[in-house]
Amino acid sequence: MDLKELVEIGEKQRNSAKKIRIHCCNAAGCISSNSSAVKDKLEIAVKEAGLQETVEVAKVGCMKFCGRGPLVQVEPAGTLYEQVKPEDAASIVAVLKGEEATAKTGNANHPFFTRQMPVVLENSGKINPEKIEEYIAAGGYQPLYRVIYEMSPNEVIDELSHSGLRGRGGAGYPTGLKWATVAKMSGEQKYVICNADEGDPGAFMDRAVLESDPHRVLEGMAIAAYAVGANSGYIYIRAEYPLAIDRLQKAIKQAKKLGILGSQIFDSPFDFKIDIRVGAGAFVCGEETALIASVEGKRGNPRPRPPYPAESGLWGCPTLINNVETFANIAPIVREGGDWYRSIGTEKSKGTKVFALTGKVKNTGLIEVPMGTTVRQIVEEMGGGVSNGGVVKAVQTGGPSGGCIPADALDTPVDYEHLRELGTIMGSGGIIVIDNNTNMVDVAKFYMEFCQQESCGKCVPCRAGTVQMYEILDKIYHKRANIADIDKLEALCHMVRDMSLCGLGQSAPNPVLSTLRYFREEYLELI
Amino acid sequence: MQSVDVDRKDNKSVEDKRFKVLENAIKRHQYHQDALIEILHKAQEIFGYLEEEVLKYVAQKLKMPLSRVYGVATFYHLFQLKPKGEHTFVICMGTACYVKGADELLKVLEEDVNLRPGETTPDGKVSLMTARCIGACGIAPAAVIDGRVCGKQIPSDVLEKVKNCLPV
Repeated sequence: MDLKELVEIGEKQRNSAKKIRIHCCNAAGCISSNSSAVKDKLEIAVKEAGLQETVEVAKVGCMKFCGRGPLVQVEPAGTLYEQVKPEDAASIVAVLKGEEATAKTGNANHPFFTRQMPVVLENSGKINPEKIEEYIAAGGYQPLYRVIYEMSPNEVIDELSHSGLRGRGGAGYPTGLKWATVAKMSGEQKYVICNADEGDPGAFMDRAVLESDPHRVLEGMAIAAYAVGANSGYIYIRAEYPLAIDRLQKAIKQAKKLGILGSQIFDSPFDFKIDIRVGAGAFVCGEETALIASVEGKRGNPRPRPPYPAESGLWGCPTLINNVETFANIAPIVREGGDWYRSIGTEKSKGTKVFALTGKVKNTGLIEVPMGTTVRQIVEEMGGGVSNGGVVKAVQTGGPSGGCIPADALDTPVDYEHLRELGTIMGSGGIIVIDNNTNMVDVAKFYMEFCQQESCGKCVPCRAGTVQMYEILDKIYHKRANIADIDKLEALCHMVRDMSLCGLGQSAPNPVLSTLRYFREEYLELI
Repeated sequence: MQSVDVDRKDNKSVEDKRFKVLENAIKRHQYHQDALIEILHKAQEIFGYLEEEVLKYVAQKLKMPLSRVYGVATFYHLFQLKPKGEHTFVICMGTACYVKGADELLKVLEEDVNLRPGETTPDGKVSLMTARCIGACGIAPAAVIDGRVCGKQIPSDVLEKVKNCLPV
């Protein structure tokens, strides 16, 4: 396989595409609302209308507006249909013959769509994730080819550092620096791991990326492996995402068959194989040292750092761990250049971020916006405000490790620094809108129950501290506490934060501290 | 008497076959100890849950102490050491589902059919579980009923679905 052959595959795919493509969402959200039946009926309707020469029905990845699924979009016209039922199929096809639409149309010009800036999700909802040809037709795997034949590993790392990309898993560590550290390590054997253990409740960005465009992640990993000198990689994915696992397996098989993964990629001396490791339901495995233990087939207990995985990771070898979205950003950066990426976002947070917008908001779904977009723009313009006419009370980000943004801070631009100032974190990208019917003590209690159950039990502050914090919160919630309990709770928060071994314990008090900071009166009301 | 014997024999042969399938899976992983989690997933798929015999078998085949196999099996939530019911209902308790009333779904099941998370009905028909977040937040509250993701659940519907699985 050389560049010419790669381009030919893409051209062949593009030439075989029919004039009109009916895109039918085939990601987990829409599948659960029966999108497969919709697709079957559309195919039948096309055939019955005698349009099969010019019209094709395509299974595509996430079309983002998950709350209104199943979604169908007719390209190139861009007509969007929402909440499509199988019996709407004939009507959708009839429109192509000039008839009036009876199926429920959506507004593709809604700010929910127009405010988005797809970089990671550029192919999502457009290509069939199960066909490598469609990814190649969209320019896929050309960046990898260019990297192998035209760039040295150092040049790749320099370009990435220049782009300003920071880890999308939550902490925001500069990706270029991480890669450079692993690249510098001596040692024959190095590993690249993709963290797809998206554990934060309320976050589904990584699932959507893997279900919609799995090849993009494989390509990002392969470029990373070339840059740091690894020949073996793992994708650690949670078992709760069976469809994503299935699509990844297919994608790896297809890429291997074309010589894009495996030995001598693009007939170069560069080898890289990827294996999938399926988790078994442990939130702590999102922490990198616990994840490594789990890939090794052990209990997912974290260990103290240093040594960092970059130095001593999987089986004691230098290991690069990045999250799904981070890897999904790599191919566009190589393709368009670090300068282009730098031009998006804010001074210290470059590029775009994918968020899962959920909770008590009208428009739930997946959004990708430039860093620096304000919370208000996301929640009110794109999300359409609170469902059922309520009022936004707070916006939760960062899951059990994060905190709340109160309603009066909605004009804060979303980037790593501003969120930290507010006492929350970017996290992996869940944005949960909370309305005035929700009690904030209950929210804090909910997260503490989560952390208490997910604590791996290795270190005492986290194991015992989360239980004690939960007990106090429960006491407060049921109006059995006194004012001294709040002081005790705060003291415990600081202790657990400062003394825990890993990120789970260190961040477990965040939802409590954050709600105490902004909604203390709700605690006091219950005393 | 005879028929009982035949039954037992049949069970036994079915069981042997299942161990054979498991061994093939272990072989595919080349008896590598680091594939333990993958192998336990496969074992649970074959047997429905991880009974002691199965754990012992895996430990022996991978040449590792039973304590390590047991340690891993009990660490991860998805591994079941007790048999599951014929039908499984998993209620997602992720944040998005929670703020949209997932606890109401649990409440109605507890009140009406006396079924709590982690339990199976005495007749072995229905198991109720909760999940951390199944990533279907866009259609919250969500449930996974016999492996199928169902969105926008309301208490009365879930209750009816559970009742349909129970004998009248």
